[in-house]
Amino acid sequence: MIYLDLLIGFLEVGFFSFGGAYAAIPLIRDVVLSHGWLDEEMLSYIIAVSESTPGPIMVNLATYVGSAKAGVLGAFIATAAVVLPAFVIIMIVMLLAKNLLKNRYVQAALGGLKPCIIGIILATGAYMIMQNCFLQADAEVDILSILITCGLGIVYFGSRKIRKKGLSPIALVCVSAVVGVFVYGVK
Amino acid sequence: MPVLIDLFMTFAKIGLFIFGGGYAMLSLIEDICVEKKKWISHDELMNITVIAESTPGPIAINCATYVGYKKGKMAGGIMATIGVVMPSFVIIFLISKYLERFLEIRWIANAFCGIKLAVGILIIDAAVKMVIKMKKKPLQICIMVVSFLFVMIINVMKIRFSTILIMLSSALISIFVFVIEQKTKKEGER
Repeated sequence: MIYLDLLIGFLEVGFFSFGGAYAAIPLIRDVVLSHGWLDEEMLSYIIAVSESTPGPIMVNLATYVGSAKAGVLGAFIATAAVVLPAFVIIMIVMLLAKNLLKNRYVQAALGGLKPCIIGIILATGAYMIMQNCFLQADAEVDILSILITCGLGIVYFGSRKIRKKGLSPIALVCVSAVVGVFVYGVK
Repeated sequence: MPVLIDLFMTFAKIGLFIFGGGYAMLSLIEDICVEKKKWISHDELMNITVIAESTPGPIAINCATYVGYKKGKMAGGIMATIGVVMPSFVIIFLISKYLERFLEIRWIANAFCGIKLAVGILIIDAAVKMVIKMKKKPLQICIMVVSFLFVMIINVMKIRFSTILIMLSSALISIFVFVIEQKTKKEGER
């Protein structure tokens, strides 16, 4: 049943997304792809939309997937599921176990979780870029995509060298949209 | 119950202005909850940040639940949490109704082809920032490299394997190493 799948899938995401929004992306990717709810392409579109609209990214992703697959009720269930673990855990910390997080074993577990998550996020980003550039369906190297990706990367990371704050993620999304309209439009 | 309504409205406002998620919103919460409303102190906010880092879920939710609970117990926590989620829920729900239809328009589809390339960069950027902040002990670096390679292989070979299992085994290995370290320390003291 789709509602139950959404509930369980996004509870998992909510419960394991240590380290904020980007930690949730590999998890959501797992859930969404394994159920066949979205393909990689649509997923990266929605990540961009979530990045450019208000609200926590993983809440936005949950709402979108729920709504696309099962309407209002689906959106509601997926959103509630992704929020619930964070809500309950904060309640537990405040109500029962103020020192839970200072526990040495909890700290040791977190000490292993965090680098693991960083590795997973790195791999997810790297794989997405690889897929855009090399792993197209017809197994051809997409030179145009490589050039645009490099260009965007240079502009994004370079802007930080010039000005302290540099381009914001939303600004990068806008720039890439304009580039996309012109480059793919002309092609 | 004006406190509950106030909590709801305030966090709905915060929810409407969180962009990109994460720590960008902390200054907004500082401004509203610490300076204007005086619901929590600056130190408490720092405390929440530490808690948020060690608990799963969006930091915005963690903050809302904490502040809401402090001002209005369970009901306050619920109201503040619903408030912070509400704006993005409504906006994304509307977008989800129309995005696929929009993508049929050619220039919008082209724009998204460009955006798709930017998303990979954003994810790498987020990870790199986390690497910089990470405690770089040998165990941590090992876990990071191994999980990176593992997930890469899973993806390229198109194997279905839950990343949660990788996370759980990392946590277990870390606890295991911690216990061994403690034991050897004790024996060293003897």
